[in-house]
Order: sequence, then structure tokens, then C-alpha cells
Amino acid sequence: MTLSGNRMFTISSDPIDTPALRESLGNPGAGAIVVFEGCVRNHNEGKSVESLEYEAFSELAEKEGKRILDEAQSMYDILGVLAVHRVGHLAIGDTAVWVGAFAPHRDEAFKACRHVIDELKQRLPIWKKEHYTDGDAQWVNCRHCHAEIH
Amino acid sequence: MNITVQYFAMLREQAGIGQETVTTDATSPQVLYKELADKHGFTLDGDILKVALNSEFSSMSDPLKDGDTIVFIPPVAGG
Repeated sequence: MTLSGNRMFTISSDPIDTPALRESLGNPGAGAIVVFEGCVRNHNEGKSVESLEYEAFSELAEKEGKRILDEAQSMYDILGVLAVHRVGHLAIGDTAVWVGAFAPHRDEAFKACRHVIDELKQRLPIWKKEHYTDGDAQWVNCRHCHAEIH
Repeated sequence: MNITVQYFAMLREQAGIGQETVTTDATSPQVLYKELADKHGFTLDGDILKVALNSEFSSMSDPLKDGDTIVFIPPVAGG
């Protein structure tokens, strides 16, 4: 991990070390630290989920992730913002994505954190495959977008 | 011209490979995707894909040039 200014975005194939990340947010000027952790849940759209597999086009995902953090820094009065997204096979309860924003005041930290997670979900070239307890598996968001078979 | 294609997620599974170099006269990513869909039997509609050329977001109608690396991006699902 390299800290670029007070912004850092990483794709990680290792488990996200949330205590270490939280520690790195320390700043004497920060009156507020807002952390979001997205974790793997055991159900989606009525199906029972056993595990998730995340795959990333890492080169572009890291560039786009950094752009999102830069946007947040320019939009909100924050001291910095860090984010990490996992790839690989994750079990129920594992942390899939982590965002931490620190700012002089809480309102800007909340807004920046929210902006970053919302944009990460929409813009990063990352995909997840749900493995269900019934043995089936499915790429999320691709269920309804098949071409007509002629 | 030769184009390197990298595959991810559903496209990687359906192609059965992560990367290939193809010789093509396709004038745009849109045209190239149709060729590859015929070759590999991709079930994703080209209209719902995004595309990256040389690791930067691009347009399905942009021109292709010899030596480009292309990634077709199925609907994303990070987070």
C-alpha cells in the first residue's frame, strides 16, 4: 500500500486488515472519523448465499478508485479518505469493501464516506459471483441481461 | 490488425480463457464484440457492456488500432 497524499485506494487479495486501516486514519486535525464496512451476507434476492467470489480488472479499478477518492476530497471538507476492495473467494461475514473518511467535522466525513461507497459500487470494474447453498452460482447483475437466443 | 482481448467474470468463463490475441478488421469495439460473441457463444447483449481500451474507459464506437488491448466490461457488481 502506498499513501498518496491522504488518499489511498487498493484492490486486495488478502483479508482487509480493518484495525490497521482504522489506525492509519489518525490525524490531530480530525474531529470525525467515519468508517463503512461492506460485508458478505447470507442471502440475496430470496436465495440463500454460501459464499461470494469477487473478480476485478485491477489496473482500471485502481485508477477509477483513486479518481473517486480525489473527487470526494475536492467535493467535501475532509482531511483524507482511504478505501480497499477485496477480490477472491469470501465467506459470509468477511469484509468485502472498506471506506474510511476523516475530517474536522462529522457532516463532511459522513458525506464523503457515503459518496465514495456509492460511486465505488457503480463504477469499479469489479464483479461478484454468488455461490448458493443449493449448489447453483450466478454472476450478480447479469441474470437479466442475456441476449435473445435466436 | 492484431488486438489483445482480456476477459473477466462471465465473459472469461464463457470464452474459457483469460486473454487472447485476435486478428480482425473490426472498426470498433461494438463490431469486435459481435465477432467474439459468435466465436465464443457469449450470451451477454453487447448493448449492456462497457469497454476499456488500453486500460482506460472508452466508447463502444471508438476506432480500434493495431496493438490495442481491449476489455469488455459486463455490468459491474462491486461492494
